Amino acid sequence: MKWKIDREKCIKCGACVGVCPVMSLELKDEGIVNDLKKCIFCGVCEKVCPVGAIKVER
Amino acid sequence: MLKDRYDVVVVGGGPGGSSAARTLAEKGLDVLLLEKRPSIGSEKRCAEGLSIGSLKMIKEKMGKIPRKCIAQMVNGAIIYAPNGKEVLIDFGEDAGAIMERKIFDKWLAAQAAKAGAHVQAKTEVVDVIKKNDFVSGVIAKFEGEIYNIEAKVVVAADGVESTVARKAGLNTTNKLINIDSGFQYEMCNLKMRDPKKIELWFGNEVAPRGYVWIFPKGKDVANVGVGVAMTDKPAKYYLDKFIEDNPKIFSRASILEVNAGGIPVGGFLKNMVLNGLVVVGDAAHQVNPIHGGGMKEATIAGMIAGEVIAKSIKKGDVSQKSLSEYNKKWWDKRGKKLQKIQNLREVVEKLSDEDFNMLAETLTGDDLMEFSRGNRFFKLGKILMKKPNLISLARKLI
Repeated sequence: MKWKIDREKCIKCGACVGVCPVMSLELKDEGIVNDLKKCIFCGVCEKVCPVGAIKVER
Repeated sequence: MLKDRYDVVVVGGGPGGSSAARTLAEKGLDVLLLEKRPSIGSEKRCAEGLSIGSLKMIKEKMGKIPRKCIAQMVNGAIIYAPNGKEVLIDFGEDAGAIMERKIFDKWLAAQAAKAGAHVQAKTEVVDVIKKNDFVSGVIAKFEGEIYNIEAKVVVAADGVESTVARKAGLNTTNKLINIDSGFQYEMCNLKMRDPKKIELWFGNEVAPRGYVWIFPKGKDVANVGVGVAMTDKPAKYYLDKFIEDNPKIFSRASILEVNAGGIPVGGFLKNMVLNGLVVVGDAAHQVNPIHGGGMKEATIAGMIAGEVIAKSIKKGDVSQKSLSEYNKKWWDKRGKKLQKIQNLREVVEKLSDEDFNMLAETLTGDDLMEFSRGNRFFKLGKILMKKPNLISLARKLI
């Protein structure tokens, strides 16, 4: 399982943070940070991302 | 400088946070308003529109709004059905404003400061402090150092991420079905039909379960955006396609700003408080579900929160039970109405392009305005009843 973010595309809007059911995502100065120990690779962050910056492989 | 103790810490310098902070400061409480970004009001995640009624409400609460906060007054809207049929709303006088949020939000925060709140930008709340099951403050990063700041009550007005509420243990996670993906360019060199009117495009090709908007900020400058839900392609795809398909408007256009964001368009929370914590604005999903506007809702909620918190602190009881007066007051004043509008959204989302075209033939601009305010659903229901496949949907409105 893989979680990838394209930092060139990401606008740091935080939409993914608000939908993450396990709170593994955080919006930091440097951008979106994912705590892969918490992540369940459910893919809702990929679904909501307005710019298609997140890819989740299951 | 930051002190290590306040009556209330408000997290988030948007309209909800500033409204709560001003209300609390006016009641004589010692308030700290924190914004994590270096500049209050940017980067915006908003199309910046406010109705004239909302402007009046904000003026009553926050003071006379300076002209510089408003980019452009508008007097109506042009709405396009999927087949191109237009519905015109023309008030013939100012009906709303497109704000300049990087100025407006700073002014709102300054109004909180004027009432006595201390405002500090570029200070990120990294966690909440909890003592005996009460939220009793925040841990904040300020100029590279970590501060423990105690408070009797924390207001979580930290936007769609809703990090503070969730770290405190209140589940405010957005369900995918209740969140729109928004993407927007602020553009110049546009050829708009009428820079005093907003323009909206509906249709499952243009914007599945949402719409494309042009909100003019000047004679050739506008916020051009899209909100969509539950799509396979990202919101940006739909906006880029719309721009490409409409060279009459965009052939000479340039992009001045790129904005994106999640819009919580429903899923209202029965409970928005914990011991020592109140949630306000986008963080509590307080957004109009039909058009996605949140500034007005956040301002009202901030005001209610401020009043309830001040009362609770004065009687020395900031328990969930005491603060839950906020739940009741918000649901009475806004929640019931917004829940009704969410039901409308759930019906509208199921309509086909053909249904939209039919509605554009029958409905007036005035009807559409009333729908967005939660009124006149009966009329819509009656029209939908005429089509056998829509009867069960129509029943939800009647």
